[in-house]
Amino acid sequence: MRAGRRTAFVALPTAAALLLTACGGGDNGGDSAADPNSEVTVFTTEPENPLIPGGTNETGGGRVVDTIFSMLVRYDNEDASSVNEVAESIEADEDGRVFTITIKDDWKFHDGTDVTAQSFVDAWNWVAYAPNGALNASFFEKIEGYEDVHPEDEGAEPASETMSGLEVIDETTFQVTLSAPFAIFPETLGYSAYAPLPEAFFEDQEAWEAEPIGNGPFQFVSRIPDQEIKLARFEDYAGEQQPQIENLTYKVYQSLDAAYTAVVSNDLDVLDQIPVSALAGDAWQTDLEGRTLEVDLLLSYTLSFPLYDEVYEDVNLRRALSLAINREEMAEQIFFGNRLPAQSRVPAVLLDDPEGQCEYCDYDPERAKQLLAESGYTGDVGITYNSDGDHQQWVEAACNSIANTLEIGCNPEPVQTFNVQREIANAREFTTMYRTGWKADYPSIENFLTPLLRTGASSNDGDYSNPEVDAKLDEADQASSVEEATELYMEAERMINEDMPSIPVFDDKGQAGHSTRVENVHLNPLRTLDVLSLSLA
Amino acid sequence: MGRYVARRLLQLIPVFIGTTFLIYLLVWALPGDPFAGKCGERPCPESFVAVMREKFNMDDPLFIQYGKYLLNLLQGDFGETFSGTSVGTLISNAYPVTIRLALIALLFEALIGVIAGILTGLRGRGFMDNLVLVSTLFLIAIPTFVTGYLVQTVFGLQLGWIAPTVSGNASWGELLAPGFVLASVSMAYVARLTRTSIAENKRADFVRTAVAKGQPQHRVVGVHLLRNSAIPVVTFLGTDLGALMGGAIVTEGIFNINGIGGLVFRSIARQEGTTVTGVVVLLVIVYLVMNLLVDLLYAVLDPRIRYD
Repeated sequence: MRAGRRTAFVALPTAAALLLTACGGGDNGGDSAADPNSEVTVFTTEPENPLIPGGTNETGGGRVVDTIFSMLVRYDNEDASSVNEVAESIEADEDGRVFTITIKDDWKFHDGTDVTAQSFVDAWNWVAYAPNGALNASFFEKIEGYEDVHPEDEGAEPASETMSGLEVIDETTFQVTLSAPFAIFPETLGYSAYAPLPEAFFEDQEAWEAEPIGNGPFQFVSRIPDQEIKLARFEDYAGEQQPQIENLTYKVYQSLDAAYTAVVSNDLDVLDQIPVSALAGDAWQTDLEGRTLEVDLLLSYTLSFPLYDEVYEDVNLRRALSLAINREEMAEQIFFGNRLPAQSRVPAVLLDDPEGQCEYCDYDPERAKQLLAESGYTGDVGITYNSDGDHQQWVEAACNSIANTLEIGCNPEPVQTFNVQREIANAREFTTMYRTGWKADYPSIENFLTPLLRTGASSNDGDYSNPEVDAKLDEADQASSVEEATELYMEAERMINEDMPSIPVFDDKGQAGHSTRVENVHLNPLRTLDVLSLSLA
Repeated sequence: MGRYVARRLLQLIPVFIGTTFLIYLLVWALPGDPFAGKCGERPCPESFVAVMREKFNMDDPLFIQYGKYLLNLLQGDFGETFSGTSVGTLISNAYPVTIRLALIALLFEALIGVIAGILTGLRGRGFMDNLVLVSTLFLIAIPTFVTGYLVQTVFGLQLGWIAPTVSGNASWGELLAPGFVLASVSMAYVARLTRTSIAENKRADFVRTAVAKGQPQHRVVGVHLLRNSAIPVVTFLGTDLGALMGGAIVTEGIFNINGIGGLVFRSIARQEGTTVTGVVVLLVIVYLVMNLLVDLLYAVLDPRIRYD
């Protein structure tokens, strides 16, 4: 018995020692070499994909990719217009189908190799090639020969590894042939899917993923998963404006609220979104006095109709529902003015004159009742939303507004997660309206129309189809200039709004805060932080 | 004793296999396709989904998937997340932080809880007793996130005594305040448990005997009374360590601590079965080992308990 007790006494310290040695292993972030004063910290979430530009589509990884890569064009902070970056010139032929892209000859990757026309062509072919399974493959579907590298049928062998529409002319020039004219193609090239890739990527992808090599203003230094990604200024960066800060660290936060507290206490330098809890009563304006900014985003919230369900076939019912939603009141009471009531399905930033784009997007109870009577619909309606996002409040408010105005029942119907919601959308199994949101990939009206509402388009989940709209979109694609195209897209949008295949509810605004250590913090309407102008105060 | 320990250790094996399988099954049964929402409002390219399903064996029947996972696990390979990060790395980053946090919390609840319990248990029905009873009731009633935000706002933002959020290193010093928050509720339980246990044993035969033998007060309390009253408290503390490690999601979120609570939460949201199973398996082992230690401690504390 005594021996037994002694064994037990030995067991305790051993266990304690095991636990304590495990603790010693944790101090791996102590990189004291870098001067803490020259390091600027920026909020991010843990990237959900490898940091390959063609394989990243969410904001956590997107922030990093946008910083270590420079694209052919970049987007202006104010109006999101595109400006040449790596591109020297992008010339379209008369039809708007063949584009000759010349790049500047002094750009280098972080490993010292040159950025050439081949770097772009190889990267684009890699992303489009089906067996590589890149997330952003569909961004190349307009290029001639896409179906050869990415056959529509699942499991079919691609006929080729390269797209016939991409041709290298010389070191700095390449030609892109599209399968159909697309006037605004150059505007789209600032999206990260169109980034160039260095040869090192194709030689050893795994090594490259561990230490990504890009051509952007900052280069990869180190990464601790779930904790931080350290970047440093790239000294051979060839862009017109050199970065002002030496070291940039993306810090991963466990929650947006924790990040907010960190920026309030000057522990974090830049936070590009503000949690809903701090927006309430405009608390963030007091907490972060003098270090806030706000931009209108290219992000719209809508309620979509499952047009495959016969209940929603009647256009007057859809118009009546749209007219029954009091957007102004919801924006004010739920979001404290931090969202804008939608005037049309394209965010107002992209339109010179948003008024008159949508006849049925205002709150008009009288007309709503009248249209409902015309439609003869007497049943209830519902709105499905995913309860893992911050949507419950406004969806319920929209439902109340509909129920009070039209005097019909409206049921908010939550599903567990966004994954579930998307599964229902892909299977075309909605029987109610459902919440949708669309963030622009590139700043163009087209991005809010073609992918969502053209017949058979990739994100046209409601199966909306109007041949006249398709024809108008075609006409806009074939326009001879971006201005002309914009006019035609606006026309197409007005036609779509008559049909009301989804109800525009809000345009989003982006709020950001920063510490007292930094200044010149700018976000563009795509919520991308301008890392070039960012500087220490 | 040795045989008892060996038997208990052997029991770990079926428990280990059973729990890993159950956890794997639960993650697998989560509603929704993990790749349905990965591309925002547009469906992901089929080529992407095909490559990912192939890579994570998701087209195999559940048992074969689990078999492949277990085989890799036995070779020390925890697998990868959807973003290609090794789960082993994530675990080795998050576990030390969580263990530090849990140990600090355990220390707080043991020290403060036991001392408060002894003081009130010995005296009983005085001002001190009422004070502890009221304050523990108060602590039990307040949810952790309220205590967390309160400590963060008052001591971090307003007074500036602590850093409101913890840095990536999460050193012992930085974890003191979060550890206190995490310990707050259990601390109250420990105080009450100790108080009751001591109050009960105060009138026990062996205490009366010790007093009758003429032993000094400190020996009666320190050796006889305390040791025998410690059993329920030790049981609670032992199992609580596991709860503190896995259940610190709220505290971790408030103070930005990169621990396993948040890791599990995010992996469940992303439906990454490999990560969830890997992390929880280690938690299960912690629970089992702590339980074993607690059982062994009984023999130390109470001479009437033997394991042969």
